[in-house]
Amino acid sequence: MVTLGHYLVVSGALFALGLAGVIARRNILIIYMCLEMMLSAANLTLVAFSRFHLVDHLPDYGAQALVFFTITVAAAEVAVGLAIIVALFRSRQSVDVDSITKLQG
Amino acid sequence: MPSFIFYLFALVTLGFGLLVVTARNPVTSALSLASSFVGLAALFISLDAYFIGIIQILVYAGAVMVLFLFIIMLMDIKAEEGKKTNNGALVGGCLLAVLLVLQVIMVSGAFHGERTVGDLDTAAAIGKAAGTELPTIANDLREGSLPDTKLMGYALFDRYGFHLQVVGLLLLVGTVGVVMLSKRDTAAKEAGN
Repeated sequence: MVTLGHYLVVSGALFALGLAGVIARRNILIIYMCLEMMLSAANLTLVAFSRFHLVDHLPDYGAQALVFFTITVAAAEVAVGLAIIVALFRSRQSVDVDSITKLQG
Repeated sequence: MPSFIFYLFALVTLGFGLLVVTARNPVTSALSLASSFVGLAALFISLDAYFIGIIQILVYAGAVMVLFLFIIMLMDIKAEEGKKTNNGALVGGCLLAVLLVLQVIMVSGAFHGERTVGDLDTAAAIGKAAGTELPTIANDLREGSLPDTKLMGYALFDRYGFHLQVVGLLLLVGTVGVVMLSKRDTAAKEAGN
């Protein structure tokens, strides 16, 4: 029997994995992938709540519309972020976040 | 829905998610993330969100991950071999993740309701849908199926029509921004000449 709690645990675990990756890894591309994973975990929470909060005996489509917008914004964000990473790689020849210290003063 | 399918796809999602974080080679990470997103799309579909599930595969596993792979291969990044790992960040990250999972498990105990996936009563939804929404939605509900895409389109183009146009504008701005960022070098050279 699968309840809302099961989906929330999976979503929380996926978010925690992404968080651990963002903190522990130093490759900026992998950090970015982990950010995408955290966004998807939040989407899973939204869809689960949408399914278990019935409006007129149907899933709450307001939450699913929010997920649609999140996915769209995430796609735009990936395009811009990867362009910035490529520009960074061109000037530094490195994707290691420890080598980017210009703003440390 | 049989619960072992849920556990299977939850395992696929989390297992490949773990591989994303632990893999040394960025290409392995990107392919694992694509597989993890496919598992996540299956979880969406198990929640009767068919449209979101397909969008997840098309946009994330398709477009976004291909973009990541393009960039990784364009930059020709080698696997991190022999580099020492930052032990403080490693321990801190794992500790934070474990604490977060424990907290989520404790809190989610409050959400173990009696309602389960698969108890969607489409017959009860007809009364509301037939009067206020499109007749095609009511017809589908009467036949006992969930017209997920139609309901999603109704929500997007009726209730959130303005937001949809704003998101379209955002995509345009994002595209222009990416072109500007990528063209920067040649533009600077031309300005210098």
